[in-house]
Amino acid sequence: MHELSIAISMIDQITEEAQSRGGLDIEAVHLKLGIFSGVDKEALLFAYELASEGSVLEGARLVIETIPLIIYCAACQKNRTPPSVYELSCPECGTPGQKIISGREIEVASLEVAA
Amino acid sequence: MSTRMVEVRAKVLKQNDQLARALRERFRTEGTCVVGLVSSPGSGKTAFLEKLLGGLARDSRVAALVGDLATENDAARLKRATPNVKQITTGTICHLDAQMVEKALESWQLDRIDFLFIENVGNLVCPSSYDLGEELRFVLLSATEGEDKPLKYPTIFNSSDVAVITKMDLAEAAEFDLPAARRNIESVRPGMQVFEVSAKTGLGMQPVFDFLHAQLARARTSQVAAVR
Repeated sequence: MHELSIAISMIDQITEEAQSRGGLDIEAVHLKLGIFSGVDKEALLFAYELASEGSVLEGARLVIETIPLIIYCAACQKNRTPPSVYELSCPECGTPGQKIISGREIEVASLEVAA
Repeated sequence: MSTRMVEVRAKVLKQNDQLARALRERFRTEGTCVVGLVSSPGSGKTAFLEKLLGGLARDSRVAALVGDLATENDAARLKRATPNVKQITTGTICHLDAQMVEKALESWQLDRIDFLFIENVGNLVCPSSYDLGEELRFVLLSATEGEDKPLKYPTIFNSSDVAVITKMDLAEAAEFDLPAARRNIESVRPGMQVFEVSAKTGLGMQPVFDFLHAQLARARTSQVAAVR
């Protein structure tokens, strides 16, 4: 359960970001979370509720967009969605995929602020 | 009330990643081969590390950082192989991060080290998100844990470079299905190098020593090339 550490890192980062922009009234945080990031969405939402108390994000929603796992198939020379997260091969030709294109993200995409 | 969107596009672990990158640069400049070890609790990380340190210390300078939630037992045990061992106790934190590694190294006067091992907290989930600046990450899987661990924890296996199957002396008693384990590792991390060892009997350790020596030689060659 390292989601609390992730939530705290995220809140610290956004606090800095808000300060550098002269203070923001944040209503929501939009986060991209890869399915292969090792971070659990539900646990992160729970940790965020606790960690955001008393911070600039208190009361702000955390909106998580799940990013699927995409691998590069060297045989097809195309990006492909593998059959599952524990079967990293091309669904078309079966070639094992050694290169991950997306799915590892833990990234703050944007902040929704009061206009 | 109307809202507007402010684009940020920032990695949450940016700070850790930057620090890890700086550490990796430093290790490369110093010519130290740094290996991270991850596994579940009780898979034989410390026994494996003890054998690694003992074997490599015959002709190389070795050091180890060992992470645990509490106690200094592992460090005490490893000090039988080399005095260059330091424990990082993380308290309630379930993983090491780059800052803990940097801090541990800061207060530690080391001469030129050939191999530095960083033993993470026993956990197959959390350490996968944190880069420690290591050159290689070894993930350990013991024969007594069952062959489907890679499928259950694909993220950590995929984020590692080498898989080590430990406790091979118990494989038969545990009815460990080695071909299935190898298939599962290949499924989550195609092309991954796999070693089979028993720290207890020493079985399979020599190929690991050879592999690490080759890594170090390669690192030193590129270091010379970079200096030129």
